[in-house]
Amino acid sequence: MRFGFNFWLGAGLTTLVILAGILAPWIAPFHPVLDADLMNSELPPDATFWFGTDAQGRDVYTRILYGAQISLTVGVVSQVINSMIGITLGMTAGYWGGWWDDLVNGLTNVMLAIPSLIFALAVMAVLGPGLPSLLIALGLTNWSWTCRIARSSTLSLKSQGYVQAAQTLGYGDLRIMFTQILPNMMGPILVMATLGMGSAVLSEAALSFLGLGIQPPFPSWGSMLTDARQLIQLAPWVAIFPGLAIFLSVLGFNLLGDGLRDSLDPHMRTRKP
Amino acid sequence: MTAPLLDIKDLRLGVAVNRSTVHPLLKGISFQIMPGEAYGLVGESGSGKSVTSLAVMGLLKKPLTVSGGEILFKGQNLLALPKREMRRLRGNRIAMIFQEPMTALNPLSTVGRQIAEMFVLHQGKSWGEAEKLAVEALGNVRVPNPDRRAKNYPHQMSGGLRQRVMIAMALACDPDLLIADEPTTALDVTVQAEVLRLIKELCAARGTAVLFISHDLGVIASVCQRVGVMYSGCLVEENDTRALFDNPRHEYTRGLLGALPRLGSRSEHGRQRLVDIDSIIADRSKLTETRFIAPRGPEGSQP
Repeated sequence: MRFGFNFWLGAGLTTLVILAGILAPWIAPFHPVLDADLMNSELPPDATFWFGTDAQGRDVYTRILYGAQISLTVGVVSQVINSMIGITLGMTAGYWGGWWDDLVNGLTNVMLAIPSLIFALAVMAVLGPGLPSLLIALGLTNWSWTCRIARSSTLSLKSQGYVQAAQTLGYGDLRIMFTQILPNMMGPILVMATLGMGSAVLSEAALSFLGLGIQPPFPSWGSMLTDARQLIQLAPWVAIFPGLAIFLSVLGFNLLGDGLRDSLDPHMRTRKP
Repeated sequence: MTAPLLDIKDLRLGVAVNRSTVHPLLKGISFQIMPGEAYGLVGESGSGKSVTSLAVMGLLKKPLTVSGGEILFKGQNLLALPKREMRRLRGNRIAMIFQEPMTALNPLSTVGRQIAEMFVLHQGKSWGEAEKLAVEALGNVRVPNPDRRAKNYPHQMSGGLRQRVMIAMALACDPDLLIADEPTTALDVTVQAEVLRLIKELCAARGTAVLFISHDLGVIASVCQRVGVMYSGCLVEENDTRALFDNPRHEYTRGLLGALPRLGSRSEHGRQRLVDIDSIIADRSKLTETRFIAPRGPEGSQP
């Protein structure tokens, strides 16, 4: 399998974010919450505070490293939930067809018609702010595309010789779905999940920016942006670095997803390898 | 006389066009297969051979519906069997091999594992035990180096080998009936001969009955003891293989045999002339019950 430049760039950026998140407790020079020192507030970047300090005098670099943990957790967990819902609904709908298919299709269309951020906001409003409800809200919003892809892949795989052979060999429906169909459609699902991580990170930032996500004083890239809003003219670095972190990680996930798609699905290839 | 293993009685099925009308595909066919017997079904494309086999497997999909008749397997009517029971029979007592060995195996798992799954599924064996049995099964279908080949993925095997793997899977649970739906059409002639010999010998050794579906009379002749000729959803002639070839009784059978090139047969011009059966299959809706071959047969086409 060949991967293009985009894939490696995306993989590099994603690895950087993962390393930042995992190694944060060891490589961060300060504590993200407790090392607040009003004497050091709003310092521009220098040798001690690489990315400067915020209004409470906390090191922006440290908080960005810890923020990576939140973003990664949100990206991965919400996509795992999304994929599980999407695969279960899409695969069963495509395989069994009939009224169940109609129902799932209708539900998918309804979900696609509601703007996902608004839906997430509604879920958050019910569950209250915080990380667990954020994960649930984002996990429940973006499964519709995965569901569509799972359904269409199932429909085309269903007519494959080996699926029909499995039926004649006496395999049950669930066994066929999990041993014959699911492994063969993992490619596109994986691509969707990777691309979805990028949008989940963005949604998390947006929800935290609106004050519904991660609650202060714990650092998340979105809530750091909220705090930086009033300071943007006085201390632009407080806004620039979290913004850059969001930008680069989302770019990383998207490039990774695109690269995966290019190499997993030769029919979708846009450029010559 | 022993009881037949498979007894198809007046089987009728068709495509449901809408709620009330059914376009007929099988117009009441009946035949019997004795235990251990190899029965051949010949006929052109669209004559209803494959649909018959699907009906026996209980795998008819949505627009296809059975409108009458019975399929008795060991005295049990398969058409009335609950889904779960039917699934237990499939692969276990009745197995099937397909025309396309290229697509009939899951590309993402090793052939050893796919054979082993049969033992796990139908005989409740553990995976470790099943994998040993799978290697044994590969050896039985004469795959060279079975223990190494079991670790191969389907794309690493040739068409002939894959068809052997399919046979190994189908025969894994020692079924009573093997349905072979044109199992050698996608293979070239030398491999075809090997695979045919394999099916013949394995089934003879195990006493497995075979329902062999093909449009190739030569293949049928080399495998089957009895042959049924299908045309347009009807079983037009049925006889012992030898008798059918020596003395075809039905017009259509004669047409089929005439279209078959034979080694060494010559006419006075020094070359055998093959008789063709007129153009494509007739529109079923225009055929009458009594003379359904009329629009096509060489004699019937005369005014």
